[in-house]
Amino acid sequence: MNALPWTIYLSFAGSALALVAGARSAANARWVALLTALAGGVVSLFAAREFTPGPGLQTIVNLPWIRELGIRYHLAADGISLTMVVLTGLAATAGILFSWNIKDRAGEFFALYLALIGGVYGVFLSADAFVLFVFYEIAIVPKYFLIAIWGSKNREYAAMKLVLYSFAGSAVMLGGLLWAYGAAGGRSFALNDLAAAAVNFSRGDQIGMFALVFFGFAVLAGMFPFHTWAPTGHAAAPTAASMLLAGVVMKLGAYGCLRVAMPLFPVGLAFWQPAIAWLAIAGILYAGLVALVQDDFKFVIGYSSVSHMGFVLLGLAAANSQSVAGAVLQMYSHGIIAGLLFAVVGRMVYERTHTRRLVDLRAMPLHRLLPFAALTFVIAGLASMGMPGFSGFPAELTILIGTWKTSPLWALFAASGILVAAAFTLRAIQVSFFGTTDKSVPASAVDHRPFEPITWAEKAGTVLLVAATVYIGLKPDALLNWITPALNSPLFQAALKGGTP
Amino acid sequence: MNGHYASLLHALLPEASLVLGALLVLGFDLFSGRRNSASARLSASVIIGLLAIAAAAYHACDAGVGGNAFKGVLVLDSLGLMTRLGALGLAALTLAMAPGVVRLRHPAEYVAVVLFATTGFTLMAVVQQLLVAFLAIELASLSLYILAGFDKHRPESAEAGLKYFLFGGISAAFLLFGFSLIYGLTGSIEFTEIARQLQVTQGNTLLVVALVMILVAFGFKAAAAPFHLWAPDVYQGAPASSAALIASASKLAGFTLFVRLFWAGFGPVAGGTGLTTLPGWIPAFVIVAVVSLVLGNIAALAQTSVRRILAYSAIGHAGALLLGVLVAGRFGPASLYFYAATYGLATVGAFGVIAVVERAGRCDDLGDLAGLYRRSPLLALCLLVFVLSLAGIPPLAGFFGKFLVFSQALKLSGLAGTAGWVALLAIAMSAVALYYYMLILKQAIVVAPRPAAESAIKVPTPAAAVLVLTATLLVLLGVFPSLVLQLIH
Repeated sequence: MNALPWTIYLSFAGSALALVAGARSAANARWVALLTALAGGVVSLFAAREFTPGPGLQTIVNLPWIRELGIRYHLAADGISLTMVVLTGLAATAGILFSWNIKDRAGEFFALYLALIGGVYGVFLSADAFVLFVFYEIAIVPKYFLIAIWGSKNREYAAMKLVLYSFAGSAVMLGGLLWAYGAAGGRSFALNDLAAAAVNFSRGDQIGMFALVFFGFAVLAGMFPFHTWAPTGHAAAPTAASMLLAGVVMKLGAYGCLRVAMPLFPVGLAFWQPAIAWLAIAGILYAGLVALVQDDFKFVIGYSSVSHMGFVLLGLAAANSQSVAGAVLQMYSHGIIAGLLFAVVGRMVYERTHTRRLVDLRAMPLHRLLPFAALTFVIAGLASMGMPGFSGFPAELTILIGTWKTSPLWALFAASGILVAAAFTLRAIQVSFFGTTDKSVPASAVDHRPFEPITWAEKAGTVLLVAATVYIGLKPDALLNWITPALNSPLFQAALKGGTP
Repeated sequence: MNGHYASLLHALLPEASLVLGALLVLGFDLFSGRRNSASARLSASVIIGLLAIAAAAYHACDAGVGGNAFKGVLVLDSLGLMTRLGALGLAALTLAMAPGVVRLRHPAEYVAVVLFATTGFTLMAVVQQLLVAFLAIELASLSLYILAGFDKHRPESAEAGLKYFLFGGISAAFLLFGFSLIYGLTGSIEFTEIARQLQVTQGNTLLVVALVMILVAFGFKAAAAPFHLWAPDVYQGAPASSAALIASASKLAGFTLFVRLFWAGFGPVAGGTGLTTLPGWIPAFVIVAVVSLVLGNIAALAQTSVRRILAYSAIGHAGALLLGVLVAGRFGPASLYFYAATYGLATVGAFGVIAVVERAGRCDDLGDLAGLYRRSPLLALCLLVFVLSLAGIPPLAGFFGKFLVFSQALKLSGLAGTAGWVALLAIAMSAVALYYYMLILKQAIVVAPRPAAESAIKVPTPAAAVLVLTATLLVLLGVFPSLVLQLIH
């Protein structure tokens, strides 16, 4: 447990080191980055071993930081943050393995990548709203450069759009936090203290503060209709960056909603609950339907991310222990599966075929040319559809059961989203890998030049991610046993009961 | 009476050191400089100038925090001390980066004028009497007009100097007119006495006229909209090191004087932050702040010149600083000081980078920064820190300045008062601002260099040291803001 903050420090140190190492050779930077990410992952797994689940945040570090404002450098963890930290370790390691082929400005690439990771770890471990905000912002700027420098088509537009959406969201959220901080007398930013003071806020104030904080975070979680940054950003980003964006960065938003907005302003949650739920359902269905008609392989996955994150938001909106536990599980699950999907599309396929258009891919018998990629994508696709045996299944099931308890209507609409997800995933599998069924196209017309073989790094990353989703698919209790006790803390219980503790 | 003059001398030793230093620079150059090359003359002048600034800083600390001095004309408090040190530090940074970077035909005169301007700044930091305040402002302003027009090779520099001078001259007239009305109304030129008189007199039209005139004049000096028109041209035309001084130390000293004059002098007629209590200067302040925030940040979006972007962003920052003046009445000037000082640091750094790039070619258009990461990784990294600090990204100091001011504005009365809404507007505008700041960084770090300008840029050692020091300070103050905050009470 006490080693968890080292995930943050190691990432920032590794970032600086990668920058220096990259000045000599790309290989040095790669290894520095891989070792840093591995070290972070190992630290998080060791911390997980000695973690005793329980309600409430378990303090790790608590030092005065800015006395004038009552801000403390307070890091703490509970089962939810630990789940997210483990996810970050896995996604970060896999992302580096899938960007093993970066040669141009490799030092800077890995430095920015690790700085982003450091910020992400920091958010998940913060128990002080100010500290959380600082780490949240640290994670924004590297995204711009990762996409704008190493991205593909339309990258500068996508990078700017993504950064402005994230920053505008965080600005709105900061406004809400400062409002609450001022109303609480301006003595402390600790989540506990703010929540204790918020009990005395008027209903109108709570509703306003909740709206600013929740929707500010939800922008980054890809909430409809603020989701448009996600598909463009995911599609233009280099593979590792899309993996991180979908894998952990979108979780930052959802995590902020869960950790900050909901426990602090339970009355606000009760007011906004239906609106959030319907927006989440709209996101699930709309993004799923849009994914069904995309012609760009990466956009299919980008919209599928928005659709799956809709389930997370729905689980949060339903606001009972089961649905929220499912939402956290879905965050983990989607983080792994989306990473895998983007790895196949961005690294294995696009960097060999140099096209993402489904029309072009259809003309190539990819299942024969890249059998490993095809196999991986089928596995990832099944996991994404929510097949039993993969982590998506227990996650979405728990969310739906939990949601049913709050509102059967919401659950029915959301369940139809699973059908849409199956449709767009199967279509993507069929069209991209198993080619045309049209016999009139002669086999000779198809480009048969052999592709560069799948590298060891890609295989290692695939094995890591597949193992992570299968393990939780078979044994969801490994995570649920951390998550459920955490939801029993007084803060969460106040939110889950709609402000009537 | 002797005791008074001794205490006056003691309190004004920093200014005396600066003036003495300026005379020394001129004298040294006159007797020994003519034999040497221009760069050697500049280096010698800068070294003397830095020594004078160091002496001034020593005397400022030595004068300490002793309350009123010389019958209340001056006040030696922690804000005055910190402003003096801040202005001296910023002036030292602009001087130190000059050798090898700025090409000047009259290096000694340049350094001497910078020292005179700094004398004005340090005096502005401690004065609390209208007449001396006016003298301090005009000493600083006249020096800055000269500095803006110092580059004789470029007509733009002359244009900048003239424009700055004309606008500044008019604003000086406004200021003096306002001051004289205040004197007529209260019969005093000392801030504390003015406050006492204003408490007993009823508000009248003449007072409103006086306050508006003073506000207009300060608006000109601080480049707040709608009195900002000189700023873009001056930022663009003036030599980079002069622009750095105009944008940094002069802002810091100006806002300190501003906060003293309006709260210590005109505090009784402040009016409320609610829109219902119209009489008072706060509503007028709020209007100027809102217009500056909106106009500065929106107009910056349309600019293609780096310097003009910095100028319009300065207008936006002036709006936020005005909000800082508003909250200083309740929460003290620490947050305003922190904002102004860190904003000054980041601006000095940004102009420093521009100055170095300019030496190797042009640096006006955004595209002139293209490929900076390859031409000089050090400059690109420093520029990243400066621009992100201006944009208010943690953990850099600029973020913390904004955070302090906005949180206090919301603490003032939540969203029940106008200050809270202005803070929300300012937060929203910082998202707009990020766009144009990212445009600068995009050119410097993302885009490949132009074929015509892809040679490596060699950064002279003094400039490199200044830039690295400035960037380090911004990171350090961002992570540990208490280092400065605890010094101001």
